[in-house]
Amino acid sequence: MLTEGVPAALRGFAGRLGRLVLLLVAVAVASFALMVNSPVDLVAAYVGADVASLGPEQRALIEERWGLNDPAHERFLAWLGNLVRGDFGFSATFNQPVLEVIGDKFLASLALMALAWLLSGVLGFGLGLLAGARQGRATDRVITWWAYTLASAPTFWVGLLLLYVFAVSLNWAPVCCAVPIGVPAADVTLLDRLHHLVLPAVTLSVVGIAPVVLHTRQAVIEALAGDHVAFARAQGERGFGLIRHRVVRNAAAPALLLQFSSLGELFGGSVLAEQVFSYPGLGAATTTAALNQDVPLLLGIALFTTVLVFTGNAIGDRVHAGVDPRAALADARRSR
Amino acid sequence: MTTVERGTDRRRRTLAQLAASVLVVLVVLVAGTLAVDAAQTTGLASRNEAPTLGHWFGTDWLGRDVLARVLAGLRLSLVVGTSAAVLSALIALVLASAATVGGPRVDAVVGWLVDLFLALPHLVLLILLAFALGGGTEAVIVAVAVTHWPTLTRVLRGRAKEVVAADFVSVSAHLGRGRWWIARRHVTGHLAGQFLVGLVLLFPHAILHEAALSFLGLGVDPAEPSIGVLLAESMRYLSAGAWWLAVLPGLCLLVVVKAVDGIGENLRALLNPRSHHL
Repeated sequence: MLTEGVPAALRGFAGRLGRLVLLLVAVAVASFALMVNSPVDLVAAYVGADVASLGPEQRALIEERWGLNDPAHERFLAWLGNLVRGDFGFSATFNQPVLEVIGDKFLASLALMALAWLLSGVLGFGLGLLAGARQGRATDRVITWWAYTLASAPTFWVGLLLLYVFAVSLNWAPVCCAVPIGVPAADVTLLDRLHHLVLPAVTLSVVGIAPVVLHTRQAVIEALAGDHVAFARAQGERGFGLIRHRVVRNAAAPALLLQFSSLGELFGGSVLAEQVFSYPGLGAATTTAALNQDVPLLLGIALFTTVLVFTGNAIGDRVHAGVDPRAALADARRSR
Repeated sequence: MTTVERGTDRRRRTLAQLAASVLVVLVVLVAGTLAVDAAQTTGLASRNEAPTLGHWFGTDWLGRDVLARVLAGLRLSLVVGTSAAVLSALIALVLASAATVGGPRVDAVVGWLVDLFLALPHLVLLILLAFALGGGTEAVIVAVAVTHWPTLTRVLRGRAKEVVAADFVSVSAHLGRGRWWIARRHVTGHLAGQFLVGLVLLFPHAILHEAALSFLGLGVDPAEPSIGVLLAESMRYLSAGAWWLAVLPGLCLLVVVKAVDGIGENLRALLNPRSHHL
């Protein structure tokens, strides 16, 4: 059994890796095609305000130097070759190589996204359990209504509300940024960072909480209608113990799958949340790159987020299979 | 109360909710059209004033009436949302029909396209597209339309496959009907309900994404009163305590999105009373 299992797992991993590479190539082709066809004047974007004093000869020289007159497929192959060698180009906005920008900024975003992810997962699962267990009662109706309303609310608006109430009016939280202003980087404590992290993280958790609540609620209702619960009830189990022992695991599977497969949504939300709170993460860098027409950075972020989403989905499948053996069986049948 | 009575009661309630939602949307459309001029009228003597009887929603930094700007913005949201949702739903319909009728190879290509478009985070794809198209209202419509079809395509493709697998279709095929005839006469009718509901439910997403893009400064022209632009402008005056600039436009957008969502959900309940789909 064991000797048979290892190569199968390896083969599965190799298959996933192959699919990721194919996907990355497709994303690279598509986003490169978009950039080539965009009406953005790359030379003007690079030179900035001085473009008015740029003569036609100088412009021609820059275009020649950058190979802007080469056919698109040659430029694409050159870019792809650089990518394979690990050179993602240079970000003019941040004056740093693209990979360094992504690495630095993602580290800042990671703290934010992880906190928001945990928050929306734990809170959403708890509320979903509660709503499902009290189906049809006032608690259920309030929670369901709240979740549907959150799903219709613009994330950045929720962020603005939180900003106004907690940062401007109550003065409990800072208005912007990831660290206190005017404090040397070495003196910034962990508490400072957390203090700056809370509001953006709460805003970001709003993005993911509604689907988790609603799916968990549905799963709880289905589990409660199951034969095994009827049997447990007949044995005298009830209340919290019944939910804890007979329902939680059934309800956890969809919630976990959802949490992992929503990494893309989470990143999209971080773009907005970081804009509201001027939090210097990868999301804000995406906006900056688009506004400043920083094409290499934009392409790098596109590829990076593709990997992020793919990894999330892959982990989600794994965890789902771990919690719900039926999913593992279905997976095995599909790959055969 | 008997079950029959309860059934008609529920149906009446669904219809009433549907009518109310449609009414909200229509009122916003008409009021927004009327408010387009007022939304750009500046009054430099009354800048950043809190809500009063004269200006229910207060005024902004140029003394423009926020209520008028919100209404004009909501109208723009509805226009962008409608165009994008319709375009997107049409893409989904075309791809789903092609996947059903065109055989396994086309089906695989469509499935792969869906995967490709779901591989990037929604907002990143939107930003890339808006950037590549150079901004402006049309660019936003196209960008939102091009990013929202995958889920509906999946739903429609699944439904179409169910229909094609049904006995009456195989009878029809054995009687010598061609693929296209079957697609037109047997499949389209069964997809119409899903299509309509899917279209309406695309709407809130389209509106919210338009607002998000405009908020980031990558959407409609900042001179136009879009809710996203309004909220982005409000950020500059929020720390001075101008809460009405942020709270009220967002709240109105929430109400409109919920109204459109209500149309979709109630339509679904009417067309398919048995669906418990979330």
